[in-house]
Amino acid sequence: MSIVSLGASRVRYETVGYFRSPDAVFFTFLFPLIMLGIFTTAFSSSGDVSAGPGTTSISVGAYYLPGMVAAGILLSGVQNLAVDIAGEKGDGTLKRLGGTPLSPVSYFLGKIGQVFVTGILQAGLLLLVAGTVFGIALPTELSSWATFAWVFVLGIITSAFLGIALSALPRSGRSATAVVIPIVLILQFISGVYLQFYLLPEWMQNIASIFPLKWMAQGMRAVFLPEDFQALEVGGSWDLGAVAIALLVWLVIGLVLSRLTFRWIRKDA
Amino acid sequence: MTEPEAVVRVRDLHKKYGHHHAVDGVSFDIHRGETFALLGPNGAGKSTTIEILEGYRDRTDGEVSVLGIDPGKGGLAWKARLGIVLQSGGESGVMTVSEQLRHFAGLYPNPRSVDEVIAAVGLEEKAKTRITRLSGGQRRRVDVALGIIGRPELLFLDEPTTGFDPEARRDFWTLVRLLKSEGTTILLTTHYLDEAAQLSDRVGVIAGGKHIDIGRLDEIGGDDARIPRVRWRDRDGMRERRTTEPGALVSALCAEFGSEPPELEVIRPSLEDIYLRLVAESQAEAQAVLA
Repeated sequence: MSIVSLGASRVRYETVGYFRSPDAVFFTFLFPLIMLGIFTTAFSSSGDVSAGPGTTSISVGAYYLPGMVAAGILLSGVQNLAVDIAGEKGDGTLKRLGGTPLSPVSYFLGKIGQVFVTGILQAGLLLLVAGTVFGIALPTELSSWATFAWVFVLGIITSAFLGIALSALPRSGRSATAVVIPIVLILQFISGVYLQFYLLPEWMQNIASIFPLKWMAQGMRAVFLPEDFQALEVGGSWDLGAVAIALLVWLVIGLVLSRLTFRWIRKDA
Repeated sequence: MTEPEAVVRVRDLHKKYGHHHAVDGVSFDIHRGETFALLGPNGAGKSTTIEILEGYRDRTDGEVSVLGIDPGKGGLAWKARLGIVLQSGGESGVMTVSEQLRHFAGLYPNPRSVDEVIAAVGLEEKAKTRITRLSGGQRRRVDVALGIIGRPELLFLDEPTTGFDPEARRDFWTLVRLLKSEGTTILLTTHYLDEAAQLSDRVGVIAGGKHIDIGRLDEIGGDDARIPRVRWRDRDGMRERRTTEPGALVSALCAEFGSEPPELEVIRPSLEDIYLRLVAESQAEAQAVLA
């Protein structure tokens, strides 16, 4: 069996395993959907939002949708894989795999493929529910969906690598959620997922701009929000070039860290 | 061929963790088709030794060859020839028994039939059950099944029957004999000395990271350690005597009593007796060196 076909077999195996793990499904797959439901319902009476007088206004739910899509990418990749792989390290799964002729490359392909498949399903479900249940208007132009496609693909692969890299941090499988969730949660608060990015103080915006989630959220705002909302961005535009560069840089960082830190077992000197 | 081919060759193996010598000069060979039991108390260095052979750990010093390859440099093709049953872990096990075996079978170039392996470990009725819902002993059988699914030339069994009931253990022994009859070379560690006696051709004993004795099952510990004991009761209570001629002693006792000697037993030292004596002697020596 080749490395790639074994990778494909791992994707299937990992995806089945993911959907059989209630924790992963709730906290990484359904969470953005639940948050979107809460925001939409909680602020349903507070009226529409707009970038200023005389510009296009949209519902609060519609405003939050891009942030939730971005959060889904982060959760499916970073939180899911960091917790999952740290757990596999702790419970002996990796040790067992390390004793088989499975290439680490196939193992990575399986993890990234699982994140990709579940990430697409998650985004699809989120958009479906947003469009039907919450009555949020989705983009109709092909160019918006083209932007969605590349931001999504770049974001999800970057998140997957960062998740693999972050899995090296927890000292045990048990401490994994305690280590990973605060990092992911803080990022969501400062990157324009739960709080409107343009309302945050500049220093917080600057910190968030170091990390990839801010850029994913910005890319998704470019897809889902009306053109008028560009005025609320830091530079007054969607700046998709910067989104692409930031995500590519983080992709490379994630890839290098994954390659450097991954071990089947904790080897000793 | 004068010497059988060595599938595993270990020469003067050392492993240090800081100042602690976990393995301190262990040497042995395992020949093709042989079942070799590595015995020793907890902390003797068995698991460290095995994990070095499996390629999981680096060694500090010494020579090691497994299937002709240095385990520190073994690639995927080398791993495809090994079967590893680790000490039990706590994997989440959301897959069913047959899904798990089918997946692992796919990792090997020439796997065994999944259904046959499931039958061989006696889990036919649990094939469609998720591993997490199995009992400890059943999960252990899955571990064994995963270890043999790739049709290994060399099988590592690290305390394979922990948690088995006596019947499951007998079934497991039958399975190991079957694997052996197919030519599989096996390295076994176990705390059940009867298991080692049932399954192995040769035994190596280590304690404190050092090699104490090695030999065929019928020679380990030396002749002196295998002298039988005759035990009986007379007016003064239980009597016991070690003798190389227990038959002569028994017939003398019969003549003396003029009838069956009460509670007569002839006890041949079991592997467990010999092992415990070897370990006790080595600990006494170690203490003498310290004192």
